[in-house]
Parts: sequence; C-alpha cells; structure tokens
Amino acid sequence: MQNKNIILCGVGGQGTILASKLISAAAMRMGLEVKTAETIGMAQRGGSVFSHVRLGKGLHSPMIAPGKADLIIGFEPAEAVRHLPWLKEGGTVVASSAPIFPVSAMIGASTYALEEILQHLRDQVKDLVLVDSERAAGDLGSAKVLNVLLLGAALRTGALGLEEKELREAMRERVPEKFWELNEKALMYTSERNMP
Amino acid sequence: MHREFLMGNEAVAMGAIAAGVNLVAGYPGTPSTEVLETVAKRNPGTIHVEWSVNEKAAMEVAAGAAYSGARAMVTMKQVGLNVASDPLMSLEYVGVKGGMVVMVADDPGPVSSQTEQDTRTFAMFSKVPVFDPSSVAEAYEMVQEAFEFSEKYHTPVFFRCTTRVDHGYEAIEIKDAGEYHRTEAEGFRKDSSRWVIFPRLSLKNHGLIEKRNRELSAVLSGYPRNEIREFGVSGGNPLRKGIASHGISYMYTLDHLGEDDQMPLRLLKVATPFPFPEELALRFLEGLDEVLCIEELDPVIERALLQVCGKHYLSVRIRGKLTGDMAAAGENTMASVGEAMDSFLGKGKKERPASPQVPLPVRPPVLCAGCPHRASFYAVKQAMKGKKTIYCGDIGCYTLGNAMPLDMCDTCLCMGAGINIAQGVGHLDKETKCFAFVGDSTFFAAGITGVVNGFYNQADMTLVVLDNSTTAMTGHQPHPGTGRTVMGQVVEKVSIEKVLRAIGLATVETVNPLDYELARDTIQRVAEEPGIKAVIFHSPCIAMTKPAGRSKVDAEKCIGCKKCIRELGCPALILKEGKAFIDNSLCTGCTLCEQICPVGAIGGGEKNAE
Repeated sequence: MQNKNIILCGVGGQGTILASKLISAAAMRMGLEVKTAETIGMAQRGGSVFSHVRLGKGLHSPMIAPGKADLIIGFEPAEAVRHLPWLKEGGTVVASSAPIFPVSAMIGASTYALEEILQHLRDQVKDLVLVDSERAAGDLGSAKVLNVLLLGAALRTGALGLEEKELREAMRERVPEKFWELNEKALMYTSERNMP
Repeated sequence: MHREFLMGNEAVAMGAIAAGVNLVAGYPGTPSTEVLETVAKRNPGTIHVEWSVNEKAAMEVAAGAAYSGARAMVTMKQVGLNVASDPLMSLEYVGVKGGMVVMVADDPGPVSSQTEQDTRTFAMFSKVPVFDPSSVAEAYEMVQEAFEFSEKYHTPVFFRCTTRVDHGYEAIEIKDAGEYHRTEAEGFRKDSSRWVIFPRLSLKNHGLIEKRNRELSAVLSGYPRNEIREFGVSGGNPLRKGIASHGISYMYTLDHLGEDDQMPLRLLKVATPFPFPEELALRFLEGLDEVLCIEELDPVIERALLQVCGKHYLSVRIRGKLTGDMAAAGENTMASVGEAMDSFLGKGKKERPASPQVPLPVRPPVLCAGCPHRASFYAVKQAMKGKKTIYCGDIGCYTLGNAMPLDMCDTCLCMGAGINIAQGVGHLDKETKCFAFVGDSTFFAAGITGVVNGFYNQADMTLVVLDNSTTAMTGHQPHPGTGRTVMGQVVEKVSIEKVLRAIGLATVETVNPLDYELARDTIQRVAEEPGIKAVIFHSPCIAMTKPAGRSKVDAEKCIGCKKCIRELGCPALILKEGKAFIDNSLCTGCTLCEQICPVGAIGGGEKNAE
C-alpha cells in the first residue's frame, strides 16, 4: 500500500480523536507504521480541532504538509473547507453536511453561509462524499456515532486504504460491548443505503 | 519488549517507569498533563505519584526524594517552570543523589499558554543540562538516559518536549515489567555541608558547575542522539550547506529531504542544546559555507553555532531567526520548514495555485453548554449593570469568559495574578468595583497568598471563586478541594470557605450560580460591603454530571427576541426559523436560559442533584 495521509477535522467534542484512534488501530492490525498528532487542550472546548494521521512506511513527523493529504474526513462542513488547503490534487473529502453554528455566528460576530460552504466543497472537490449525518442520526437513533458513520463512508471510497474487518475489530477493541451493534450499524449505514 | 501505540507523554511516563522512578510529582498544564496521569495509571505499585498543589511544591517534593537517593521526576508546562524556578535555581547549586528529571512541556504557537518561552534558554540560565527529544520513540529511550545522566553527574536534568512530541502518537517498542530498572533508595542521610545552601557552598559549587558543564559539552559531543548526517554527497557536488535542527522541526526537515533528489547537505541534530556539544558542532561546520538553523521558540542552536564560529574564527554564515530567515515567533509547520529549506537550498518557491475562498466562521474555544462559569459571569454582569467595574480573570476554563457576549475578563496574566491585580487597581481608583475570578484549583495553586495580601493591606475587592470541583481545563484532575488523589485515595477535603474565613474574611458566601436570581442578588449585596469579601459559586463541571432533563423551547411561546442567544452565548442555543432552538445533544439542563427568558418559553431542564 502507498503511504496515506489522512486529516480528520471538526469541532471539539465531535469524536475526531476516537476516529483517528480507530484508523490507527486498524492500520496497525494490517502491519502499517502509524504516526498521528491531534489537538488537545483548550481548543477541545467547542473550537476547531484536527487530527493528522499518517500510515505507511518511512514516516518521520506526524504532521501532514499542505497539499499532501489523500483524504479529509470533515465532521462539519465549514471545518472541512478550512482544511482544504491540505488536500492533494485529486484527493478525497468525506464530510458531514450538518453544520454546527459557532457562538460567534449566532451573535453576529462572524457569518456562517451554509449553502455557499457546501457549494464550495462541491466545486472544489471532485471526489466528494457529503453524508447527511442528521438523517443518519435519526435513523440510527444516536448522533454519538458520527465518527464511525463517517469512517464507514470513507471506507467505501477506498481512500482510507483500510479493510472493513480491521476497522470493525479496532472498534470492538475500543468501544464497550453494549455499543458494538450501534457502531456496526453506523459503519455499514452509508453502504447499505448506497448513500449518497 | 512489546509494542504499544503511545502518545509522546505516555512514552515519557513509560520510560520513567522503566527507569525505575520512585516518585513523580507535578501540576497539570497542557501539553504536559498526560505524563503524570500515565504514571498513575500504569503505576506498578511502587511509585509515589501526586498532583502537588503547584509546580514549586512538586519540585521540592521531588528534590526531597532525589536527596534520598531515589529517582524522581517532576512534570509541568513551560509557565509552570516559572513557578518552580525558585527551588530549581538553588537545587542546581546543591545537586542531587538519585536521578532527577524535570519534565517540562513547551508550547510553540502558543497553542494553550501565555508565553512562548523556551526551556532550553532556561537551561542555560539555570545551568541545568537539557534533553530535547524529536519523536515519541526517542522520548521513551531518552528519558531513561536522562535519569542515568542525572545520577552520574549529580545534577537535575531538564527533559524538554514540545507539543507535537507530547501529543504525537507512535507505535513503539517498550520494556516489559521484568526489564525495568530497580532503584533502591537508601533514604536521606544527614550531611549539612551538602544539603544546606549557604553563600560559601554556593560559591564553591558555582565554580564546580561551570567546570562540569564545560566537560559535559565534550561528553555530549559523543552522545549518539546528537548526530551528523549527510545527504546527496555521492553525486560529486561539493558539500557547502548545512541545516541544524532539533525536536519535531528535525522530523519536518527529514520529511522534506525525503521528497526529491538531494543536493549535498549536512544535517546536525541537537538533542542536548545545553551544554552545547561544541566538538560535534565543529565537525558539522567543517568545510561549510552556510548553515540554516531550523528551530522552534528561541534561536538557541543558532546562537551556539555563532559562538562556536566566533571562538574558532570560522567563516560560516549562520542563518535562522536572527537573520530573518526563520520566523521569530510561532510554531514551525511542515509548510514553513519546507519553504525555508527551499529558499535556503535555492530551489525557488513552489507556487500553489490560489484556490477560491469562501468566508468561514471563526470558531474559537468557548465555555461548554451549561457551564456553571457562564451562569456565574452572567450573574455578576447583571448585578453590576451600570457600575464602574474591573473583572480580573485568571488561568483556567473561565478565561473563556472573556469572549463575547459575556465579555467578563478584563485582565489575565498568570496563575493567581487576578486577585492581586484587582487590589492594585482598587488602590488607585476607589470608584471602581474590583472583582477577581479564580477557579478552585488555581485558588489552591496560587490564590491563597493573594487573599492574605489583600486582607492584610486593606484592599477593597470581591473575590469570586468559581468552584466546579475539578481542574477542568486540563482534563479533570483532582486537587486538594476534591477529597481525592491521583491514585484514587479518598482524603480529607480542604475547604475553600474555611480557608477564607481562617484568613479573616468576614463575608464568605457560597451560592449555586445556576440559581440566577439568588446569585445576582448575592453579588449585589456582597459587593457593597467594605474590604475584601468573597462569594464562592459552587456547581460541578458539566463533564462530571448528567442532566436529569434537557431544556426545550416552546416555539409557540418564543417571541424570537434572541435574548438567550445574544446574552448567554451558549453553544446549545441557536436560531432556527426566527425562534430560539436548543440542540438536545449539547444541552445539560442548567436552566439558565429558562430563568432569563422574558416570556417563559423555555422549560424542561433539570440538573441532577450532586
């Protein structure tokens, strides 16, 4: 497998860190070298957060240079756009279409133009998967599995470079047994519905 | 040996455990916190681990252990080192018996700190040798070497990481429990000629330390983690350029070198910037015309190389921060290092076509939905409406109270400073109502002396203790007021209210800030009293409780006035089709919005009783 550079981005509290852990664990099960780095600290309080995940061989730093990411998994559309400069030419973006409006936008200190942001993603990224995570949360009965839902969608694109079995095993290692069924449903959600 | 996927801080902890550390003390602070937490979690049962009340206490506790022949580690973030600097400066003169590692996490950026100070510079100032790892795997090995080094030369040593090493993850080989070094501490042996610092001892030891550090420079030139590597020399082109780097920047450099065919280049990695490995640097500089120093924070290597060039009459151009080739401030990134290397190596700029932009909302960190600090700030703000005030903030989640719409943090300097700043402002302006906000952990760490100062010196101010029963910002560590230790022992709580009363404050009131009217009225009443007085707003951090019910907006009743959204800035409150709407997954049932809604359109929220 070629080296993979993956960026997960979203809003503090959305579960990007667990998702990067699952990718790492699955990759290690496949015998790959893994280096990751993530936002920890103040930004986790509802700020913009990211994880850089590098898989493959001969890696030095855990950070990905702009224009070098094979895949961006955006937990929130504006955050996906914020990280587009890291995407390589022809790279893949898997993003939730459900916005999280920051307090700054609610009190008029900045603007959040959702339609423009979604259109920008469609215009700029050829290999784009927008996941209707609001609908998925309704169908799955939980918004807490957004991370596994997006991993499932990323898996389908092939850009993740991982196997479903390994991701499933990694999830089982890290998630309490009573949540396995829900997470497995989330993992398969987009492929079972042939979404989007 | 076995393989584990570890965070850099976890690797430091596991390395210390493998080195047979007997005692670990520290105070939480990003990006250092996980080191001590991991030692506690993976404690084989033989290690005393504690969250000390602050970094100074931690340093002194660790020194006592090291005096006794034990291996000790103390952990903190870079600004914590300022608090611990008093004992450390003297400790270097006294020295240690058991190995003592001072683990300091620096924060280029800064991502979550007040300063961009460089512990390597502090090492030079304090004369304490410093180790600077460049990866998770190296941190694991290097911390073990640091303990041996400290013990061999009877000096505390710095183990300095930066954020991307602290919070990077890698799968690394680590030792099994059977392979751990075992340290048998013999206990403290009386010897006042050694352990009592007096001017005569200081003079003698100062001379010895300077001599030792000169010798260590030679020793460290042979330390394998200080290394020279050459690239692209087989092509026959002359080798004229070098890059000197350290830490994560060295890894960025290697990643860029791997990218395409190389022109000849010599690389120096400096793992021990102080004492600087001068002989190694001379070998590195041999035959070079110019060197680019790629460093984060201070130009430590750059200055050291300039000094070597001056001392040995070398004509090598040293470039870096001092010459404007590298940014003076901020964190290095893959992009910034790549650009600097391209320019230095004459590769020209790789222009990336400018992509179209779309306006994005700013998304700074905010107080969580339902955070009791929001209620406290709001109560004070409403109580003081129309009055001339100053709100002195402090270090913790509640620094986020500065953001709009709350705008309740007029000053923030360092741990505990707000209490004293409020006094200074008040002495010069009797008209201003002076408030200081301090969290519970910060109160114990650095707040108590400020209250004593204010009481003694007749200050007129209101102290507001934001007591959420945890150290929230750094990830919920226990502290003296929680009645728990990091090892899970239940101990007697230190009561903030009793401490304040014991100092002599006549008015100390404890109120639940989520009871809005009571909180507001209490502040109104207490602030009018003379002298220094205190209100303790007590309500647990939302991360430690589950809501019994979540608030909901009745869209029929909501008049769309947006008061809740505009005044509270709660991330759970958004506007949907002209009406307030509450994100059910974020709401914690604090009911603050219910209490301020002018038409009673919000209901259903309920906090669990503690």
